[in-house]
Amino acid sequence: MSTTRRTFLGLGATTAVAATLAACSSQQGGASSDSSGTITLWTHNGGNKEELAVVKNAVEAFNAANPDTPVEVKDFPQASYNDSIAAAAVAGDLPDILDLDGPIMPNWAYSGYLAPLQISSELEDSIIDSAKGYWNDTLYSVGPYDTSLCFLGRKSAFEAAGVPIPTIDKPWTKDEFDAALAKLAELPDYDYAIDFSVADSAEWWPYAYAPMLQSFGGDLIDRETFETAEGFLNGDAAVQWGEWFRSCFANGYASETPATDGQDFLQGKVPLYYAGGWKVLQSQETFGQDEVLILPPVDFGQGARVGGGSWQWGVSATSSNPTAANAFIEFLMQDEYLVEYSNAIGNFPSVASATPETEYYAEGGALEPVYEIGTKYALLRPATPGYKVISSIFDKAARDIVSGADVKSTLDQAVKDIDADITSNNGYQAN
Amino acid sequence: MSASRTTAPTRDVGARSSRSSAARKEARTAWLMSSPALLLLLLFLGIPIVLTFALSFTNARLISPNPPAFIGLNNFIRAFSSDPTFIRSLTNTAFFALVVVPCQSGLALALAILVNQKVRGVTAFRTMIFMPVVTSMVVVSILWSFFYEKDGLFNSILNTLTGGGWTAVAWLNNPGTAMPAIILLSIWQAVGLHMIIWLSGLQGIDPALYEAAALDGVNGWQRFRYVTWPGLHSTMVFILVTITIAALGLFVQVDVMTSGGPQDATSTLVYHAVRKGYREQDMGYGSAISLIFFIAVLVISLIQRRLTREDD
Repeated sequence: MSTTRRTFLGLGATTAVAATLAACSSQQGGASSDSSGTITLWTHNGGNKEELAVVKNAVEAFNAANPDTPVEVKDFPQASYNDSIAAAAVAGDLPDILDLDGPIMPNWAYSGYLAPLQISSELEDSIIDSAKGYWNDTLYSVGPYDTSLCFLGRKSAFEAAGVPIPTIDKPWTKDEFDAALAKLAELPDYDYAIDFSVADSAEWWPYAYAPMLQSFGGDLIDRETFETAEGFLNGDAAVQWGEWFRSCFANGYASETPATDGQDFLQGKVPLYYAGGWKVLQSQETFGQDEVLILPPVDFGQGARVGGGSWQWGVSATSSNPTAANAFIEFLMQDEYLVEYSNAIGNFPSVASATPETEYYAEGGALEPVYEIGTKYALLRPATPGYKVISSIFDKAARDIVSGADVKSTLDQAVKDIDADITSNNGYQAN
Repeated sequence: MSASRTTAPTRDVGARSSRSSAARKEARTAWLMSSPALLLLLLFLGIPIVLTFALSFTNARLISPNPPAFIGLNNFIRAFSSDPTFIRSLTNTAFFALVVVPCQSGLALALAILVNQKVRGVTAFRTMIFMPVVTSMVVVSILWSFFYEKDGLFNSILNTLTGGGWTAVAWLNNPGTAMPAIILLSIWQAVGLHMIIWLSGLQGIDPALYEAAALDGVNGWQRFRYVTWPGLHSTMVFILVTITIAALGLFVQVDVMTSGGPQDATSTLVYHAVRKGYREQDMGYGSAISLIFFIAVLVISLIQRRLTREDD
């Protein structure tokens, strides 16, 4: 009797352990393609109905045309997407096709997650630069769309304050911009002159404020060698940028604690708002299309700049059927789907021929200026595997500067941290 | 007679051996029963601790094609010699614990004594004080960051109280006020839990002692000093140790409200370890910071245990 009970308990414990181990390993091989020819696709837009619907439409059409290699979609929420990819890569479990945020692509290519893309050179040539991911002169990813940064202004406020409206061909200079901020700050109806969106976090900071730094003549890193930030992130131009940026808050032109998601602008508390093209439609709905000015970035001396690069598609290095995976990406990059993407989420298509078909970017469309700004002034974030570290360090340094830290020493420490990381990774040399 | 002589010892031996075999069996069952818990502890606590220890001497990356290499004490030297944010995180963590531990435990005790009174509606007060504890810290942090805004609740209250003479402060964006703001929120959130623990301690004290003290004609302070406080000794040890460990592990509030800023004023050891190890993918360095944190918590807990043991 006691023996049977012991055996039973032992069996129970063994089963529990086995179940745990099985649960840990059951992921293996589950996601990657099996012999049936199915190719798997992972996307970050689990929480984004409209965008996911576009992907699913394309998949359905592709599967109908290619019944031997059907695509299977798995969607993740954006917040946990990158972690899922990293975990899958460590476990040897990457899907065949995956999407990725532009600036992280070099990190994944360097780590061996991605295979070079093999799409027709015709398609490659037709895609705008900011939607193509090159690292080491190899194309690893292409994106169906991109967007742009811009300033959104209230026309009535500009008229009331007597501020001349800049055009895309003739953006504000630094002095003109400062003068505009000073005049707008005096308007009695508004709390501040501008919302710089400093309430936004993480990748927004380098995406939004590094272009200003670049316009001053600085940069995040030496773009020739990618070996040091010395002299770029802490040079005279960078220090000028830091001091100017700090002064916008110290002078009372902008709040250090604006409401999140542009609410200060939408509720009429500020007449000027630094944001992305994705905010334009909402603003036009609130104030009317004529009242919302879409303004280009400021030229601080070395030309106006905005950030470029959005979500893109790549093929994993472990894909068992890279031909089919590449074929799907080519399929998805047809004008038809680029137009669907644009209409669904308001970004502009990455292939010019699709633009006239879209709702917002066609001749006279509501978002036409965003396209012009994006294609004219976009500068990609530095294509180096170390970008994730640069992004985190720049985010911290810029925050410290906004809160009043000494600009030069803050940037010096940031450079020290970035260079230490590059050195400890042997310069991120490709293997 | 002779038969019983011969059988008795045999029976004794048999009983002893069956007793010890029963004990052995019991021990085996105990191990077996606890094995799932032990396995999980090993999997999610034991192995990570050993891994942290091993990784902290390497330059392991989260995502990298290069294998980790042994780099000796470099990570620790880097932390103490060329990472000002680390030093700042260390002092911030110590400061936070030094303020929170006495304030929170003292306040919790005072509240516990208050809500231990036998008056009408005391359960409602207990519930109100305990409510923040069951609310997620993330939710609390987001709410309080609205309160702390320049045109938030606190500034408008102060403005009303001073009749408009108050200059609004962006509490979380000012290096001088960010940490005190987080301390206030943290005490508010957790004080209810420790109040309940004190309360259970208070209610465990034998009422006969209070009756005896009343017969001796003690005043309120004497009653607290000579009856209540000695009766709370083991509760006090428990509360001190748990508050200290929780205070040293400060992370969520910082992550949600300030990202360690402004100017490192609220960066803590755990936050810095997460930022370096995970966001900047430097696992080796992150592990080194975690190891330093682990040792610090261990040492402080041991000192506390020594200082608060019963003198007998």
